[in-house]
Amino acid sequence: MCVTCGCGDTDGATMTLHEVEHEHEHVHADGTRHTHSHARGIAGVPFRQDTLGPAHVHLHETLPVRESFQVHESLQVHETDSVQEAELSVPGRDERTIQLEAQILGKNQLTAERNRGWLSAKNILALNLVSSPGAGKTTLLERTLTDLKAELPISVVEGDQATSNDAERIRATGVPAVQINTGTGCHLDADMLERALAALKPRSASLLMIENVGNLVCPALFDLGERAKVVIFSVTEGEDKPLKYPHMFAAARVLLLSKTDLVPHLRFDTERALANALAVNRRLEVFRLSAFSGEGLPQWYGWLKSEFAACRGAPP
Amino acid sequence: MHELSITRSVVAIVAERAAGQKVTRVRLEIGALSAVMPDAIRFCFGICAADTPLAGAVLDIDEIPGLGICNDCGTEVNLTALIGRCPECGTANLRLTAGQELNIKEMELASCA
Repeated sequence: MCVTCGCGDTDGATMTLHEVEHEHEHVHADGTRHTHSHARGIAGVPFRQDTLGPAHVHLHETLPVRESFQVHESLQVHETDSVQEAELSVPGRDERTIQLEAQILGKNQLTAERNRGWLSAKNILALNLVSSPGAGKTTLLERTLTDLKAELPISVVEGDQATSNDAERIRATGVPAVQINTGTGCHLDADMLERALAALKPRSASLLMIENVGNLVCPALFDLGERAKVVIFSVTEGEDKPLKYPHMFAAARVLLLSKTDLVPHLRFDTERALANALAVNRRLEVFRLSAFSGEGLPQWYGWLKSEFAACRGAPP
Repeated sequence: MHELSITRSVVAIVAERAAGQKVTRVRLEIGALSAVMPDAIRFCFGICAADTPLAGAVLDIDEIPGLGICNDCGTEVNLTALIGRCPECGTANLRLTAGQELNIKEMELASCA
């Protein structure tokens, strides 16, 4: 498994398209793209590390000896295809310090941007659906596909640790789907989506729904190249879930409050739950819906159609 | 547990830049609001570094506190969570300015002399 997605050394993410199962081994050679801006350092002035100020002045105490404070007079703004490094030679020392300035998730980000460009060029609206396990992502997706497939060409990428059950449920609606099994991995990454796109070959001017692994933590950190993250929050969860898992709610653009048909049977305070979500991310667009009763679905479909139209007219 | 995959990423990036030379120290920058726990990275680092040029390397982590600016009144606000209010005007209309860093700052190579 790759360095950004997983926990196992030997188990690659598995992709299943229809009946054909592929094993993919991928080892990342990190040619990390890097965009970074620095305030210019003040040459000749010794600074301690702890004087690093809010302007992110780039002065380092890189060596264990007091007299060797290093002043790294850095570029003001640079954008290159590789990790920036400046090698400092230190007379009398056995060690060499190399400035890296590498974004740890840079490789994933680079692939995500490539995916985004590819999707945009083909006028494909890609949405990354995220939630806890059991919030109703697949059920909502089945209903959405059934209701919209006559109007919009749609395809689906399904992510789960194991089984191709969800892709089979999606295919039963007549929509093409590819299943990614992440093995021990807890989220999809941009590389997995890139390979899924190659297998799925979604048509131009279509809607691509990516159902991420059920997990409210890790998928928040990994951009896939989608136009937006859609977080699904069901009324059978606690109202404070957005406060407990703020990163996902902060990363999402749309919140679907699902299973609203169950509210009469629960002690769920809808207004408090939504207030919590909006406290984390005041720009969230909120839809309340039930895939079972159909309540709220027209508004959700309306958003999908307008976003689809916008995607065809403008870059994300 | 994304810290394990993130630590693997750190080891892979540093090992590639080291090009076979032994790495003695690695310095990371992790923001308090990055959803990555420094202690979990430290826990994973020794395991991930084993049998690589980073084996035995010291891991330094600079933890960057969360900071925001109030979009309404311009006050700088210290943030310990993604949710916060401006202490001056009470609004929640804050823009995050620091605390989401996830970078490898530098590495130290043993002398090849």
